[in-house]
Amino acid sequence: MSIVGGYAGCFVLLQQLVNGVTLGSVYTLIALSFSLVMGILGVLNLAIAELFMFGAYLGFSVIARGLPLPLAIVTGMAGTTIIAMVIEKIAYEPLRDMPVIAPMLSTLGFSIILQNLATNIWGSDPLQLPPELFDTRFSMGTISIGAMQLVVIGVTIVLVALLAFIVQRTAIGRALRAVAENREVARLLGVRAGRLTLVAFALSGALAGAAGVLIGLHYATVTPYIGVETGLKAIAVMVVGGTTRIWGALLAGPLIGILEVLTVVYGGAPVRDFTVYGIMILILLLRPQGILGGASTEQGLRV
Amino acid sequence: MKGPSASPLLRLINVSKHFGGIKALDGVSCTVERGQIVGIIGPNGAGKTTLFNVITGAYRASGGDVVFEGESIVRLPPHKIARLGIARTFQNIRLFAGMSVWEHLLVAQPHTEVALRRLLPVGWADPAACRRADEVLALLGLEDVRWRIARTLPYGTQRKVEMARALTANPKLLLLDEPVAGMNTDEAADVRALLLRLRENGLTILLIEHDMTFVMNLCDYLYVLDFGEAIADGPPAVVRHMPRVLDAYLGEED
Amino acid sequence: MSTYYAALFADVGILLLGAISVYIILATGQLSLGNAGFMAIGAYVASYLTVKIGLPLMVALLLAAVVAGAVGVVIGFPALRLKGIYLAMATLGFGEMVRSFFLNLESMGGAGGFHGMAHVSPVYVWGWAGSILLLVTLLERSRVWLEMCAVHDDETVAGFIGLNTTVIKVSAFGFGAAVAAIAGGLFAHHHIYIEPGNFGFERSIDFVLAVILGGSTVAIGALVGAALLVFLPETLRFFADWRLAAFGVLLVLVLLVRRQGLLDRAMFMRSIFKARRA
Repeated sequence: MSIVGGYAGCFVLLQQLVNGVTLGSVYTLIALSFSLVMGILGVLNLAIAELFMFGAYLGFSVIARGLPLPLAIVTGMAGTTIIAMVIEKIAYEPLRDMPVIAPMLSTLGFSIILQNLATNIWGSDPLQLPPELFDTRFSMGTISIGAMQLVVIGVTIVLVALLAFIVQRTAIGRALRAVAENREVARLLGVRAGRLTLVAFALSGALAGAAGVLIGLHYATVTPYIGVETGLKAIAVMVVGGTTRIWGALLAGPLIGILEVLTVVYGGAPVRDFTVYGIMILILLLRPQGILGGASTEQGLRV
Repeated sequence: MKGPSASPLLRLINVSKHFGGIKALDGVSCTVERGQIVGIIGPNGAGKTTLFNVITGAYRASGGDVVFEGESIVRLPPHKIARLGIARTFQNIRLFAGMSVWEHLLVAQPHTEVALRRLLPVGWADPAACRRADEVLALLGLEDVRWRIARTLPYGTQRKVEMARALTANPKLLLLDEPVAGMNTDEAADVRALLLRLRENGLTILLIEHDMTFVMNLCDYLYVLDFGEAIADGPPAVVRHMPRVLDAYLGEED
Repeated sequence: MSTYYAALFADVGILLLGAISVYIILATGQLSLGNAGFMAIGAYVASYLTVKIGLPLMVALLLAAVVAGAVGVVIGFPALRLKGIYLAMATLGFGEMVRSFFLNLESMGGAGGFHGMAHVSPVYVWGWAGSILLLVTLLERSRVWLEMCAVHDDETVAGFIGLNTTVIKVSAFGFGAAVAAIAGGLFAHHHIYIEPGNFGFERSIDFVLAVILGGSTVAIGALVGAALLVFLPETLRFFADWRLAAFGVLLVLVLLVRRQGLLDRAMFMRSIFKARRA
């Protein structure tokens, strides 16, 4: 039994790795979303978790009407981007000069509003996506990967590439990096901080919304609680990847996704959150710059 | 073991402080006798505030020793050094944002080990603290602003509050970082009178100052720092004529 | 008074204690988003002690407070190394870890929850809530509280005036944890059924909301905030579906318009130290 069992166990492991990478892709997007605002502005935008949830519902609404998938993703992203910009105007800008706890609490207020809004519009019961979407699977031997899972990974790669392009190659991206490096200097050099923070919020909103649509494709259901259940865990991903190194999320996302999936398989669901948050706390205490971070630094985002 | 009361109150022996490759302080030695008013002068960036930070324990000295009342304090954390009787003010006023003047004076009182005195309402449990705070308020003429949030007061008054906070602890040694910065001649004269009165009551004072007139008219002894080194010391009348001192300041004019 | 309103009053008392637990820790400049975790510890420990060991409730509550206080102190030490948002994130993680821990604890019901506690009346709840509120209100007039405020305002200078900031900050965590535990124990014995879902992030947020809205610089603010959170939805019945959003809006408004919350310390300034005129 051992050889066969071990062989089979190996395939279970590989199958779980696939699931983990899919989940991890979503984590990467949300973590990037958190990281954009945190790294550049030093603010933890708690509303991102609920923007994520909102994006999922927007995407669901589009898919449930039989409209094509790309439209769902675009709608999700557009909706959350707009909301994110509203949040920037009300929760961040007026409170910009206060200790960062203040805007963070304000975004908390928005996350409460968003959750209530979603529950009232769509109800609090889980909503199922059309099952036909999940019929197609591709097999390689005994490992299979769903078409939707491929979509999740594929869209993530595209979005990350887009973000990288924006950040590295455009003027706005350069300005974002300048502000991240040193807020004071950037201001003196005349970088228009107001418009920039709006862009940062907008980008982070778009990523969160996309992640929301994708999580629906991964789990096949949406609930109003995925913000707290999944979205908040992306904070852990951000921390592990390094809050000042946004590309750390690329590594940490799949890492945490795989870890989570494996702990569910081998340890049971309740241990899952314990492990993920436990690792986050350990990193905060022992290596606050994350696994990719360079020298420990309080401010400045290595974008 | 504590020496006789004739021994110096504070001694810095070859104190150094490095930040990475930068030598903020390099082999600084100085002595402060009880009842003296000693001044530390030098151009900007000479390391004067760094010296205060080392004495009060905010920075760990990279080398050398700081001896207070015969005991080495160089390894102690700031709060323990404060409890030994060293109080300070700051170049950029650092008052407690949410507190009134009165509260500043209550919280900076000498530490008491009696738990009840600290846990029960101040008015009932610690009338001695209230009396002491009253005295300091009167000494600095701050009775009128007792209930005002300290940070909302005018600059000069805030400086007084900072001084009051330092004095409430009944220190043996008072470290003043630019006590008359931004003051006009009258205000500076008031401060001078106050410091002389404090000295009569047994307080030892170590101060950093840029205002040369103030320093010359007040200090018993001066140390001159430049680029982290003590380049000269002596009574003011002597130091003011030393060529090395003039050079250091002239260099700053450029 | 009908049982419905009686239950609401009990909820205010329990929320008050949770809010106070956040308030105590916040007074030293540390924002904790995970006090529901301490509440959970209190709830489960107290329930275990009364149901499985048969201790009287008062003893069980005090022991639960001690256990949670110890955990709080243990948390308080690594918390020293984290500031502001990073501390908030870590406490958030801690709260989720505790919830996850009890989800896993089959001996206390796991996801299925735990029951068997004897019911206590709202009067009993308020016996504790009122006493602790009184205690903290008295404490606010002490030197220890001034020391906490000093640490909150400027930790470095607090050290320079002789305050041991480590002891102050860690003790605040321990004390806050103990108070949250009592809230948990009372919750368990008033609702007579508990499950890990009762002690999630939303609960921690309720505590923070009550403090921020009611007043984050005086203990009485926690009472105002707790009452607001429980009774406002009752008075605005038509709001029922939107009451959560209303609180979100209130939170944003408070931060924009009056950051310290409804009540603040300056209002009580003179009365706080009046007794001094001896």
